[in-house]
Amino acid sequence: MTWVLANIGQIGDLTLDHVLLSIPPILLGFLLAVPIGWLAHRYRVSRGVLLTVCGLLYTIPSLALIVAMPTVLGTRILNPANLIVTLTIYAVALMVRTATDAFDAVSGDVTQSATAVGFGAWRRFWQVQLPLAGPVLLAGLRVVSTSTVSLVTLGALVGMSGLGYFFTNGYQRNFATEILVGIIGTILIAVVFDVLLVLAGRILLPWARVDAAARRNARTARTKAVAA
Amino acid sequence: MIRFDAVSKKFPDGTLAVADFSLTIPSRTTTVLVGSSGSGKTTLLRMINRMVDPTSGSISIDGDDISTLEPVKLRRRIGYVMQNSGLLPHRTVADNIATVPLLSGVKRAQARAEALTLMDTVGLDRALADRYPSQLSGGQQQRVGVARGLAIDPNILLMDEPFGAVDPLVRSELQQELVRIQKDLAKTIVFVTHDIDEAFLLGDQVVLLRTGGQIAQVGSPAEILADPADDFVNTFIGADRGRRALRIEEVSGRQVVVDGTGRLAGILNEGTHT
Repeated sequence: MTWVLANIGQIGDLTLDHVLLSIPPILLGFLLAVPIGWLAHRYRVSRGVLLTVCGLLYTIPSLALIVAMPTVLGTRILNPANLIVTLTIYAVALMVRTATDAFDAVSGDVTQSATAVGFGAWRRFWQVQLPLAGPVLLAGLRVVSTSTVSLVTLGALVGMSGLGYFFTNGYQRNFATEILVGIIGTILIAVVFDVLLVLAGRILLPWARVDAAARRNARTARTKAVAA
Repeated sequence: MIRFDAVSKKFPDGTLAVADFSLTIPSRTTTVLVGSSGSGKTTLLRMINRMVDPTSGSISIDGDDISTLEPVKLRRRIGYVMQNSGLLPHRTVADNIATVPLLSGVKRAQARAEALTLMDTVGLDRALADRYPSQLSGGQQQRVGVARGLAIDPNILLMDEPFGAVDPLVRSELQQELVRIQKDLAKTIVFVTHDIDEAFLLGDQVVLLRTGGQIAQVGSPAEILADPADDFVNTFIGADRGRRALRIEEVSGRQVVVDGTGRLAGILNEGTHT
C-alpha cells in the first residue's frame, strides 16, 4: 500500500496511457469490422474468404506482429502506432465474425417489409439493418474491448507505455505488489469500459431490453402452458 | 386500375410461379387473390410494387407501365401490409406508422400527429403510441401494420395474408374492421389469402388461383357460389362437401338453416334485414 501511495502519480500516468492506447484499436476495429461483416453477410462468395482470413489473422503470434510492425509500417520502434495497428488487427479478427452473425440475425421478414414500404438500400442499412444488428454488435464489441485492454499490456515488452510496464518492471525487481497493481489496474479499466459500453447500449438501443423481456415472457408463458 | 397483361414469372431455380396471367383490378374495390400455396398469389401481389419483376408481360397502374417507374418511389405510394406485421422492432408504434411519411420527408411532428389519427382509424388506443411492437398482442401488431399501410393515404393497398397469424376470434374482428375502413376510404385493395371464407367476406372481386397462377375463376363471391366454373372451384369453395348448399329445417318452431352435411349454419330471420 505504501508503494501504491508513493507511486500514485506514475500509476495515474500509466493508466491514462493505457486508456489512450486502448481506445483507438477498439474504435478502429469496430469501424472496420462492421462493413467487412456486412459484406460477408451480404455476399455468399465473400463470406468464406473473409471469415477465414480474419480467423487466420488471429493466429499470428501477437509479439511477432508488434515486432514486425516498424518494418511493415516504416515507423520507428517506439511509435505507439505499432501497437495500435497490431491491436486493431486483432480487434478486426475478433469482431468480423460477430458482425457477420449480427447482420445474419436481423429478421428477413423485417428487411423485406422495409424494402416493401420503400426503404432504398442505403437507408435500409442505416435505419433498419444496422440498428437491429446493434445488440449482437454490442456483445462483440464488449469482448473486443476487454481483450484489447488486456492486450495493451503486451506493449510493455517492446518499450511502450501502459500498465504492462508494472508487469515487466515488477518481474525484473521480483516485486509482487507492483505486478498486482498492474493486474488490478488493467482489470479496472476493462470493467469501466464494459460498463460504459453497456450504458451506451441502453441509451442507443432502448428497444432491445423491451424486446428481450417480451421474448422472456413469451417463453415463460409457453413453459407454464406446457406445465399446466 | 391495375392491369396484368400476359405476365409470367420464372424464378432462377426454374420454378414457373406464374404463367401468362392477365387480370384487370378495378379501382376503389377489393380484389382477393385466393389459392393454396404454390398458386403464385404472393408473387402476383409482389409484382405490383416491384418486389418481384415479371420475366415477361407487363403490369400497369392507371395506364403507366410500372417497369418504367423507380421501384423505391413506387413502393412509397403503395401501402403494404404483411403477415406477422413486418413492423420495425426498434421503433415505437407511432414511428412505425409514420415510417413512410418520414421516408418521404414529412416533418416529424406532423407525421406523429397523423400517426395518432390513424391509430383511431384502425381502432388502437393512443396510449400505445410509444410502446414497441414486441409489447403488443398479435392483433394489435396487425392493426399497426394496417395503419402503416394507410399512412401516406395511398390509392393502392397490398395485403399479403395480413390476418393469417392471429387467432380466429381476433381475425374475424380484424376482418370486420377492414370492411368498415374500406367502406370509408374506398382504396384499391389487393388482398392475398388461402382462406376462401375470408375471400368471400372481403372481396368485391375474387380471383381463384390454381397452381402456377392459372385463373380458375374470377367473379363476385355470389357469382362464384352460384356458378362454380369447374370441379376445382367446387372443391375449393367447399360446395362438393355440401358446405355451401344450405337448406331450411324446422326446429322447435323456428326455422334454422343447415348445410349439406347437416351442420347448423344459422337461424332464418324472415323479412328482417340486420
